[in-house]
Amino acid sequence: MTILVILIPAALFLGLVGLLGFFWAVRTGQFDDPEGNARRILLDDDLDEMGPDN
Amino acid sequence: MGGVATSYADTFVKQDSGGESRLDLMVEGIHCTNCIRTIEGGISKLPGVTQARVNFSTRRLHVAWADGDTTPTLIDQTLKDLGFEARPIDTDFDLSPDERESRRLLLALAVAGFAAANVMLLSVAVWAGVEMMPATRDLLHWVSAIIALPAVVFSGRVFFVSAWKALRGGRLNMDVPISLAVILASLLSIFEVRAGGDHTYFDAAVMLLFFLLIGRYLDFQMRHRARSAANELLSLQRMAAQVIGLDGSISHIPSSDVRAGDRLLVAQGERVPVDGNLETEAAEFDLSLLTGETTPARVGAGERVFGATINLSSPIIVRASASSEHSTLSEIIRMMETAEQSRARYVRLADRAASIYAPAVHILAASTFLGWWLFTGVGWVFAATNAIAVLIITCPCALGLAVPVVQVVAAGRLFRHGIFAKSADGLERLAEIDYVVFDKTGTLTKGVPKLARDGVSKDVLARAATLARSSSHPLSKALADAAGPGPAADGVIEVPGNGLEARTPRGVMRLGNAKWCGGKTSDQPGLELCYQDQEGRCTRFAFEDELRRDAALVVEDLARMGFPVELLSGDREVAVAAVARKVGISVYQSSCKPGDKIARLEALKAQGHKVLMVGDGLNDAPSLAAAHASLSPSTAADISQAAADFVFQGEGLSAVPYSIRTATMARRLVLQNFSLALAYNVIAIPLAVAGFVTPLIAALAMSGSSIVVTLNALRLNLARWRAS
Repeated sequence: MTILVILIPAALFLGLVGLLGFFWAVRTGQFDDPEGNARRILLDDDLDEMGPDN
Repeated sequence: MGGVATSYADTFVKQDSGGESRLDLMVEGIHCTNCIRTIEGGISKLPGVTQARVNFSTRRLHVAWADGDTTPTLIDQTLKDLGFEARPIDTDFDLSPDERESRRLLLALAVAGFAAANVMLLSVAVWAGVEMMPATRDLLHWVSAIIALPAVVFSGRVFFVSAWKALRGGRLNMDVPISLAVILASLLSIFEVRAGGDHTYFDAAVMLLFFLLIGRYLDFQMRHRARSAANELLSLQRMAAQVIGLDGSISHIPSSDVRAGDRLLVAQGERVPVDGNLETEAAEFDLSLLTGETTPARVGAGERVFGATINLSSPIIVRASASSEHSTLSEIIRMMETAEQSRARYVRLADRAASIYAPAVHILAASTFLGWWLFTGVGWVFAATNAIAVLIITCPCALGLAVPVVQVVAAGRLFRHGIFAKSADGLERLAEIDYVVFDKTGTLTKGVPKLARDGVSKDVLARAATLARSSSHPLSKALADAAGPGPAADGVIEVPGNGLEARTPRGVMRLGNAKWCGGKTSDQPGLELCYQDQEGRCTRFAFEDELRRDAALVVEDLARMGFPVELLSGDREVAVAAVARKVGISVYQSSCKPGDKIARLEALKAQGHKVLMVGDGLNDAPSLAAAHASLSPSTAADISQAAADFVFQGEGLSAVPYSIRTATMARRLVLQNFSLALAYNVIAIPLAVAGFVTPLIAALAMSGSSIVVTLNALRLNLARWRAS
């Protein structure tokens, strides 16, 4: 059971990385406009150069 | 054009140390993905703009630019050219308190989720590990404690603070038993870990927090939307006014600073900032915001004009007769606020349930502890364990999770149907209504004049339209619309109070009121235009306010659902009676002022009715706020949208029965969830009191009940009914 000494910290570390990533995302405002972000993915950025009418 | 609002916007510009200017605007009319690109693309092209970002969820635009290159006027004008109306908003802080709270809840939820998942992994190992050495078990317990305790402190704060506030105020709320359960479970578990005991409740404590925080977050999102809608209302009053000084100079001031006696310049298409008297020649005004009538009204020189009406003629000068806080608009807002106060007393279903539930839980837990401790002699630790088990088991997952989930699912369903639910309790109130009152103009009808085509030759129409295209008057617009695209005549001038005139080599063409154009005046002078051609021949164009396509069907549908339907309108008797007959409403009242509408609603309330009000005009705003529940179309005045519980989009009225059905179904699901929770408690509480609830059983029971009520809530998405 000594393997637990390595496995538990490793599992917790990975989980914490995820949690800190989430903290960073929230703090930098990435959850402030969920609706807009869901729609932005549909925008074709490369068409912008052709003007808003295209 | 937009000079008034934009010069005022200068005061909203914030400068940062790096020489950059920032401005936040509330943009109306953002409704699709393309709007984001159009706005951001258009604004980014302005000189010096470094950032243009649309927040779709809040309908706001944030612009940053290097100082001096771009002005708010230019930004506003660009937005107008792109087809969007914008209002600058005050952002003293980076984030509003609401947004901060929302982030805090989200982080608390993430931490609780992380802790719950990891502690549960360890707990499952303990429960499953029959042959586990006591040393390994203790190790896993210690690791659980290290994960759970910081999470309890961080995520539990939401509940602890609220519980402490309630206790200090001498009240009990649902957060008190939640906090007690979480804190006691954690303390007891620490004690157990130190003593090397079999059972810890860390998993139960963090899982409880996790489930309840999901509910809390969903609930907060619903309330947050309602609040931001209410804030928009305030910005309407923050209009700007152009004041003409003694030396003839024009200065821009907020309309709240206008004093009686000031001379105000109002350009064409702009709102009169406060009540006053017209100093210049006769002009026409769009009163729709005040009376709900589509017909433009003519005001003669020296006569009274009301704040919030729109000047349709050439620029005018108004001498203010009242300051902003005494104007008609403020009066209506005050009336609305009074009406809203009575509605704020509504107690939500979950709160009503909690007021019975919370004391019951406390008494039960306390008696469990005393019972075991005094009568069995098992020692206080075992007695306390059982009491905590009772607290954990009875904890209100059904109240805390199931109600918000039902409401979010219902709001999502309505949203997909183009109906925006602004508050969670609006949904509950809508389920209780038993009487429906409609407004006429803009609600049952489209509220936009349309040319009645009979007897108009295409040729004459096309020629009249060349004049009409150079005016923003609603009737001219309707005429131009009917004629389709075409050229505009050269040299069209506007003759205040009369109409449009163009001098051509062949003679003078006129489009305007009947008298001026040499026609006969008729019984409805407001809804007609006369066209006089170069030879002096006069043609009369009549306009009508079209009914919404499905108005009659919806009224019939509501009647079938068992609701009496009534029509209250500020319009004239003839017009109201005609519409009532067409849609099949037998009870109607015409010439209603805002106060009359409220009086009628109060009378219905006194008869024991719970009224649903559907209306759009500014004159409806107070009654929308006074009614038990209210709907308004998205074309409505801002104030009315702010006052209504629901705002619906689209041409039809089918949103009305659809929302009622959804709300009724949502209410049924909430009540079902309460019954499920009750049934679960009836089984689980005796087990907990008797001391059979181990951490494993608590975990199963808690997640089981949460899943059951959530699944039941999702059934709302399966329900099918015809949208009439």
